[in-house]
Amino acid sequence: MQRIPILQMGTSLLVTIQVDLQDQTAMALQEDLAAKIDATGASGVLIDISALEIVDSFIGRMLAHISGIARVLDATTVVVGMQPAVAITLVELGLSLEGVRTALDVERGMRLLHSGAAGERRFGRAR
Amino acid sequence: MKPDNNAIDQILAARRDDVLRDWLAEVSASASATARHVTTAREDAQSLLKALHEGVRADGDPSRLQDPAWERVRGLLEGLSSSRAAKGLTAADTSHFVLALKRPLFAGLQNAMGTRPGELVSAVWSLSTLVDQMAQLTIANYQRNREEIISRQQQELLELSTPVVKLWDSVLAVPMIGTLDSSRTQLVMESLLQRIVETGAEIAIIDITGVPTVDTLVAQHLLKTVTAIRLMGADCIISGVRPQIAQTIVHLGIDLQGITTKSSLADALALAMKHVGYTVSRGNA
Repeated sequence: MQRIPILQMGTSLLVTIQVDLQDQTAMALQEDLAAKIDATGASGVLIDISALEIVDSFIGRMLAHISGIARVLDATTVVVGMQPAVAITLVELGLSLEGVRTALDVERGMRLLHSGAAGERRFGRAR
Repeated sequence: MKPDNNAIDQILAARRDDVLRDWLAEVSASASATARHVTTAREDAQSLLKALHEGVRADGDPSRLQDPAWERVRGLLEGLSSSRAAKGLTAADTSHFVLALKRPLFAGLQNAMGTRPGELVSAVWSLSTLVDQMAQLTIANYQRNREEIISRQQQELLELSTPVVKLWDSVLAVPMIGTLDSSRTQLVMESLLQRIVETGAEIAIIDITGVPTVDTLVAQHLLKTVTAIRLMGADCIISGVRPQIAQTIVHLGIDLQGITTKSSLADALALAMKHVGYTVSRGNA
């Protein structure tokens, strides 16, 4: 089965999804990530989905779950590079991914993780 | 050939020019000012008469315009109504053009069969049915053309009314004008998200000064747009919330928690610039 690689960059983990996510792959990623956060004590997880063109409710929920799991393990999750079509689909599916932080690209996502203010949304919108 | 068709055939064969002249006179006598400007009226009438004659020769059933014999007549009528709809003629003018054909043809029948009232009534009836159907077809077609024009204009209006403008480095704005419905929200969402990807803008301002009313549905559409923008990794400010709209939102119990709102576009721009790290100061003049 295909596995998504998880890279470590300092205190952050970097996950780049470059294939169409199968449900199995997504489940495996969730488990791998939980194990990796635990093993490395990472404080941030950055998921790059800029190559993801199709999402369904399962993948949408999986993103929310990963973020939830990471939060419990004391790490912040930032999802970056979401395509417009994916964003619209998620909204239409009623998945607003509350609690998942987002950024336009990897660079900004990294900045968000490093700024330490990642836990707080801009404009004083605490989450 | 049916006797009625035979009678019409004789008139069209012997006196087509007279019929044409009388027809055009009839049309221009009661036409409106715009209709008189239709320069193609003569050619239209000529070709229509010719097609009608062919149809009669082919012995088409006058009570059924769908008959294959009337194919050319139908084609001509369709062309005629579309060109007139495009020129902005009224439905009345367009149908009158066809209906005016009755009088010269009736006069011809009267001349030819005045002594045989039985046959005359029958011929007049079938001719009348035929011309009525022609007029009906013209009107139906005219209507369809107008509807096409309207829906095309609607589409154009839709696209015109939602421009995404770049206000500052990393700051985009969409001034919304008019009522927000699902299709417009979809369009705004798509074009705004696309521009966010292209420009890498961090903040999008949706200005609703031009939105006349905000109800639960409109609020829901706004919320969707804001959520999609957030998912992309940008932030959203809604500006131009008028006092009445603020009251309506509160009275309806719409939850805009987590959405930044500002009363004017200027306030929103100030906040956006502060967020992206710009400070504005007045120069010493």
